[in-house]
Amino acid sequence: ASTGAMLKGIPRLFFRVHKLDPGCSFHVSSQASQSIVHLENQVPVEHPRAISRTSESDPAKHGEQHEGQHYSIPLQDLKMVFPHGLPPRFVMQVKTFGEACLMIRKPALELLHYLKNTNFAHPAVRYLLYGEKGTGKTLTLCHAIHFCAKHDWMILHIPDAHLWVKNCQELLPSTYNKQRFDQPLEASTWLKNFRTTNERFLSKIKVQEKYVWNKRESTEKGSPLGEVIEQGITRVRNATDAVGIVLKELKRQSSMGMFHLLVAVDGVNALWGRTTLKREDKSLIAPEELALVHNLRKMVKNDWEGFDDLDPFLPILISNYNPKEFESSFQYYLENSWLQHEKAPTEEGKKELLFLSNSNPGQLERLCACL
Amino acid sequence: MAAPCVSCGRALSARLSLTVRASLARRPGHWKPSAVDWQMGAGSQLLKLIHTTAVTTKKNVPASRHEVYTEDFIKKQIEEFNIGKRHLANMMGEDPETFTQEDIDRAIAYLFPSGLFEKRARPIMKHPDQIFPKQRAIQWGKDGRPFHFLFYTGKPSYYSLMHEGYGKVLQLEKHKGPLPVKTQHRDLIGSRWLIKEELEEMLVENLSDQDYMQFIRLLEKLSTLQCGPAEEEFVQRFRRGVAIQSKKQLIEPVQYDERGMAFSTSEGRRKSATAKAVVYEHGSGEISVNGMGYLHYFPVLQDREQLMFPFHFLDRLGKHDVTCTVCGGGRSAQAGAIRLAVAKALCSFITEDEVEWMRQAGLLTSDPRVRERKKPGQEGARRKFTWKKR
Repeated sequence: ASTGAMLKGIPRLFFRVHKLDPGCSFHVSSQASQSIVHLENQVPVEHPRAISRTSESDPAKHGEQHEGQHYSIPLQDLKMVFPHGLPPRFVMQVKTFGEACLMIRKPALELLHYLKNTNFAHPAVRYLLYGEKGTGKTLTLCHAIHFCAKHDWMILHIPDAHLWVKNCQELLPSTYNKQRFDQPLEASTWLKNFRTTNERFLSKIKVQEKYVWNKRESTEKGSPLGEVIEQGITRVRNATDAVGIVLKELKRQSSMGMFHLLVAVDGVNALWGRTTLKREDKSLIAPEELALVHNLRKMVKNDWEGFDDLDPFLPILISNYNPKEFESSFQYYLENSWLQHEKAPTEEGKKELLFLSNSNPGQLERLCACL
Repeated sequence: MAAPCVSCGRALSARLSLTVRASLARRPGHWKPSAVDWQMGAGSQLLKLIHTTAVTTKKNVPASRHEVYTEDFIKKQIEEFNIGKRHLANMMGEDPETFTQEDIDRAIAYLFPSGLFEKRARPIMKHPDQIFPKQRAIQWGKDGRPFHFLFYTGKPSYYSLMHEGYGKVLQLEKHKGPLPVKTQHRDLIGSRWLIKEELEEMLVENLSDQDYMQFIRLLEKLSTLQCGPAEEEFVQRFRRGVAIQSKKQLIEPVQYDERGMAFSTSEGRRKSATAKAVVYEHGSGEISVNGMGYLHYFPVLQDREQLMFPFHFLDRLGKHDVTCTVCGGGRSAQAGAIRLAVAKALCSFITEDEVEWMRQAGLLTSDPRVRERKKPGQEGARRKFTWKKR
């Protein structure tokens, strides 16, 4: 039922990032009836370091000729767009190198192509990024998010859904619904980050209902969404409910076409897997009983059970580096003086690294970290 | 003390009884007077198997105290051995005339299978010369006068050798003038001098280290001088050949599969893991283990480095494809087993020199270390229980 409702409206675009275990996450992005303005394709200027870098820092302009090259994201953008989105190792790398460089790869280009050419008359499209461990799904997602941020979309990014279903310190019974559980800490962190990312939209979107928090506080109908978020942050107990409200409002209002919404969930398998949280009597909690998960599921698609249930669903496989990409990555590390071993810059060193990491980006990164 | 000696059929009991009699006839510390015969030896003949003091100072032979083997006894043993050999050949259905010692060994191992680990404790049947230790003949005649002119040195055979050698040196120097450089060295390569134990065994005498060193020095001096065939032969008596290790390396044949691709298979073991590897000659460096990629199967870097070692050593990192199956052991043992299998399989695609380098690098040697057994009274193989003072 909810599927039909969602799809009736303006089409949304879903993205998900998915590890090889079953389960899926997806992005929902709703778009206005206005089509996206295509930026003109200028001929990019090649930087002398032709293999590993490009100076083109706008994701919209990335094309196939940039495949394998790194482009850098300015640091202020980074703080605004990705307060919580990047994987921790990448954050460390950014801090070390002083710059954030993402590699432009084929799956990302494909995804961006779809994003650019979305037909809004059709129902929302879900994209599932899947692949083995360490192949670069999260960073591809970040690439797409950067693109959308540049194009002034609203971004709903859940950095890692796994964080919501395990290792939770506090579990409160939900104020809204007695059977569910709240996670105030995670919810409040997420609200803060959401606010950082989407500052400019918060005043524009108005809530359409009145929400009563407790005896003394309530949010009137028509007040900006920012207030709900403030409420959630200040009153940590209501944070989860605030999240739920945000999701609901966005879902509803995206059909109205005021903004483009991109929903990105990393590790979406967690929404349908098992939790490691236990009640006081040591019985396991199912994911549905967590309010955050429940709302998120509603946001994406409730009765999604597997890949068969289809619908605009586009799987995008992310695989290991091909030789060109490997070379580019290797050059990038060399340029940043990351590889200090004396044999590292040689051909043999490169072959060794190739063998040992089997062209897996994550493994390569871990290997180079020791050199 | 005779090592367990097997003879067949009716000779068995007779031989056993003889051995018993021989040991009963022992008298410690005596040189038994000539109940048997004297042998008038020629000057250089020293070893007559008549009886008396046994000379065994070898480490591994248990202290045989003054065993008395009369010559008759030894002769009879030899006859019995030969008869037994013919009987054995008949039993095994082979030709008695051409029945060699290896055939005897195989036959005995077949007829008397033994589960003992110590090879020397298993049943053997060898020529009595190899079983009974060599004994010195009686060294003086009926009138008490010794046969050998150097008898009173205490080590007559050794000193007579030195005498002979030095005589040859003097002769050569007299003929040629001192120390011309020897032109041929070929016989010295691939062989080594006798070690002290071997020399002692040859001379049936106890030697000291200094004696041995002197002797070797003499031989080396002799070999540096140019000499005729007699001297060469004299020197060669004291050289033993050294086998070249690498020739023993077994190289797998290259096989071709149905698509015409060249490949070779081999196996490897480590601890309790066994691996079979199929290495294709032309490939792109993919390795598949038990159907999975090697990155997936060996998440630990150390194991992947082990896999990389043979290729990296030969500088052929991206050039071969490998498919392997492995079972048993733990992760490190499996990695080691695959490494050995891959190295052996690669031998068929490389030159002999590279095979030798691999052997020296230790890539082709199977690691003999296995888990040591836990002993009773200790907590582990080596760890003892906590020592308490009271």
